[in-house]
Amino acid sequence: MPPRPLPQLEQINAEIFTLTYGSIVRQLIADFEDLDEVNKQLDQMGYNIGVRLVDEFLAKSKMGRCSSFREAAEVVGRQAFPMFLNVAANVTNWNTDGTECSLILADNPLADFVELPEEYKGELRYSGLLCGVIRGALEMVNMDVDARFVQDMLRGDEVYEIRLRLKEHRAEAFPFKDDD
Amino acid sequence: MSAAVLTFVIVGQQDHPIYEVDLTGPKEQQAQYLHQFVLHAALDAVDEAMWATKELYLKTVDRFNNLFVSAFATPGGARLLLLHDGRGDDGVRAFFGEVYELYIRVMLNPFHTPSTKIVSKTFDHRVRMAAKRTLG
Repeated sequence: MPPRPLPQLEQINAEIFTLTYGSIVRQLIADFEDLDEVNKQLDQMGYNIGVRLVDEFLAKSKMGRCSSFREAAEVVGRQAFPMFLNVAANVTNWNTDGTECSLILADNPLADFVELPEEYKGELRYSGLLCGVIRGALEMVNMDVDARFVQDMLRGDEVYEIRLRLKEHRAEAFPFKDDD
Repeated sequence: MSAAVLTFVIVGQQDHPIYEVDLTGPKEQQAQYLHQFVLHAALDAVDEAMWATKELYLKTVDRFNNLFVSAFATPGGARLLLLHDGRGDDGVRAFFGEVYELYIRVMLNPFHTPSTKIVSKTFDHRVRMAAKRTLG
């Protein structure tokens, strides 16, 4: 499936965005003083964004319905990421059942300029918000997924890798017919 | 030429050092104290010089015998000081220009505040590279 042209959206300055996100993470750390809790909060914030953002995405991108998780993951990586973050994510490393895959990001605008202090390197999922967004958005289209960072350039890995795992595909429970 | 003296420090808003690098390799302890002392003393001269010009680069602000202190004052209140033995203005200016760019990147890191020490290895490495290129 070739990527479609991106819809024209209003854009904001990338540095404002990056620095705002950085301040949020910093403030969370100052407020909660516990990195586990911070990770949870970031994920929750992402989830709240995701459940709304999916509407925006479907409305603006004029995408049709995805028939499989495989297709949905491609759409997330090839359409949604470029549309909202201006970076594309490669979808690879499928397991044989087609229920798990990896989104590979070579560049992460959230983490520009960031260098994690040593004491945070072990636990903090700096860009964990993205996982929450994906989880929230896919949940709204009847896919329960689990998303987490398995590689993070901030911790010294080569790329950013988000592992997606499909827990349940609830398409059958959907009350409308697809083709009317 | 092992006699070249080059020490570079970044002094934060509240006159505390946040980064220091000796660009010449290991030296006598005593001389190091002298260098820090001279740099410290130069801060007053920097405070005067920064109001006398519109430029960020303040040229050579102070000297002690054969030790020269060149300075660069950022709008954020940090000062970059280079202790050297009287080398050309162009190299020093270029060096400050490059380090200023690096410093800005560090300041944009959300985990960095104006008073935290700069411990980043990448920063350290890049400063040394810049010194090699421009001050050689």
